[in-house]
Amino acid sequence: MKIIVCIKQVPDTKGGVKFNPDGTLDRGAMLAIMNPDDKAGLEAALRIKDTMGAEVTAITMGLPKATDVLREALAMGADKAILVTDRVLGGADTWATSTTLAGAIRNLEYDLIITGRQAIDGDTAQVGPQIAEHLGLPVISYAEAIEVKGDKVCVKRMYDDRHHMLEVKMPCLVTALAELNDPRYMTPGGIFDACAAEITTWGRADLIDVKDSDLGLKGSPTKIAKASDKVRKGAGEKVTPDSAEDAVAYIVGKLTEKHVI
Amino acid sequence: MNLAEYKGVYVYAEQVDNVISGIAYELLGKGKELAAKLNEEVTAVLVGADVKGLADSLAEYGADKVIVVEDPELKEYRTEPYAHALASVINEYKPDIFLVGATAIGRDLAPTVSARVATGLTADCTVLEIGDFPIVALPGKEDEQKHNQLLMTRPAFGGNTIATIACPDHRPQMATVRPGVMQKIEPIAGAKANIIEMKLEFVPNNRYVEIKEIVKAVSDTVDIMDAKILVSGGRGVGSPENFKILEDLAEALGGTVSCSRAVVDSGWKPRDLQVGQTGKTVRPNLYIACGISGAIQHTAGMEEADIIVAINKDEDAPIFDVADFGVVGDLNKIVPQLTEAIKAAKANK
Repeated sequence: MKIIVCIKQVPDTKGGVKFNPDGTLDRGAMLAIMNPDDKAGLEAALRIKDTMGAEVTAITMGLPKATDVLREALAMGADKAILVTDRVLGGADTWATSTTLAGAIRNLEYDLIITGRQAIDGDTAQVGPQIAEHLGLPVISYAEAIEVKGDKVCVKRMYDDRHHMLEVKMPCLVTALAELNDPRYMTPGGIFDACAAEITTWGRADLIDVKDSDLGLKGSPTKIAKASDKVRKGAGEKVTPDSAEDAVAYIVGKLTEKHVI
Repeated sequence: MNLAEYKGVYVYAEQVDNVISGIAYELLGKGKELAAKLNEEVTAVLVGADVKGLADSLAEYGADKVIVVEDPELKEYRTEPYAHALASVINEYKPDIFLVGATAIGRDLAPTVSARVATGLTADCTVLEIGDFPIVALPGKEDEQKHNQLLMTRPAFGGNTIATIACPDHRPQMATVRPGVMQKIEPIAGAKANIIEMKLEFVPNNRYVEIKEIVKAVSDTVDIMDAKILVSGGRGVGSPENFKILEDLAEALGGTVSCSRAVVDSGWKPRDLQVGQTGKTVRPNLYIACGISGAIQHTAGMEEADIIVAINKDEDAPIFDVADFGVVGDLNKIVPQLTEAIKAAKANK
């Protein structure tokens, strides 16, 4: 079977967010990593490959430096890697991004497409379901387990207070939660091969059934009116009492003053 | 697309097991306010099997109209039949604004619907306003500035940045909205819904998934989003057993216990008690953070609380940057004594 995994290169917010002296985000100082939900999706695809055999293709849309995450995917065990990059694709919102990825995926054969649920920079969770919509595929979001049975895929779909065990005939698209698994490490041999591997690069001309008016900043229905780094709420009082009794007296005093107790 | 044809504020009235979700009432509260500014109406869209009886409660919370789509295929949430219902409502009634809750359902449904009707969608909004786009007209292009636009503000980058987004050339203007952020109105007791029933065909196709099993999480806990007082614990609590002292404090205050992501990741508490970017947004009257360092992913989910008290032995913990009253000290000593002091204070009233 053939599996496509959509991955994104994102700045790492987990290892500490860096700020410029003026309080704005220092994006350049943050490490670029493979988005965690996407990595879990890749691992899920590789486990299917391990158990029943599959060809796994990793695809990303981004700047040329996004080849780093494609090489990581190859070093983990992906068979092919495709970078979709073109100046006209810049500034895309989720509509334009999903249109682009769908246009690229139309070149490929697949049984299953896996994306991460959401990326840690945008946090929208929109691109996966929107790719499915453009391709006319069934979508199952928020997957915490994925299993292939014959021509069907079985997914544990998480909700706030329950989960559904869902089954659907392939082809289909599944969006993966980071909780799905612990992704494997790259192997030394894999890294060696990945460095030498060829990465397919596609541009605007390679996208199938896509209008120019649906691409990049111009093709994005949503427009940024204003963006700023978050102004955090100012700190209140901070005290270091000499004893627990003093601490309790301080808190009870404040809560009484505020009519909480 | 003739933008002028699109009128009214529509909200998706999410229901699960034929119980309306709180977010539906929150969206109606905000929707009513937006509709008033536009001199339009707010309409709830109710989708499910045998859900018509729920329509009056939507009227009580401000819905001028309720569009009901019923079919046996809609008994449980599945992306395809629900997306078909909403896209059909949008194509038929042409809303100016369409709001959906940013829940595990809404964050799957809204992207599918927005792609189907070819419009923009802004995720996880925390502020919605009516305003101009561009916010400031470009010099010499004043006549190109659009008025009465939905301006959608959302956090991104793990809560480190905020962006305000518009959707000037497509309709409806669609947003998902974080639960717990918008305010419900005081319900109008006895309000009766103005119901419009929409008949649609639901023919299973390749995009209908099959539900093999539904497993509900057993939980007797209060929804932390409804709590007025939260006593919240982080890794600094030290062990799952030690949460007992937080539970005692919560009980004395008449509140409930919540926690940080670290606690959930360690398996000490279930995920439905998690506050923060990947958990729930809470805005209680009082939030007592015990042993929580206060990473921005956490504070993004609680900084709207009216009063924040933080107890942490690390005087440099970022939680003190958002706390109204910060106490540097050992929670193991302070919390049990605080519980006794609060019990005593209440007994004296």
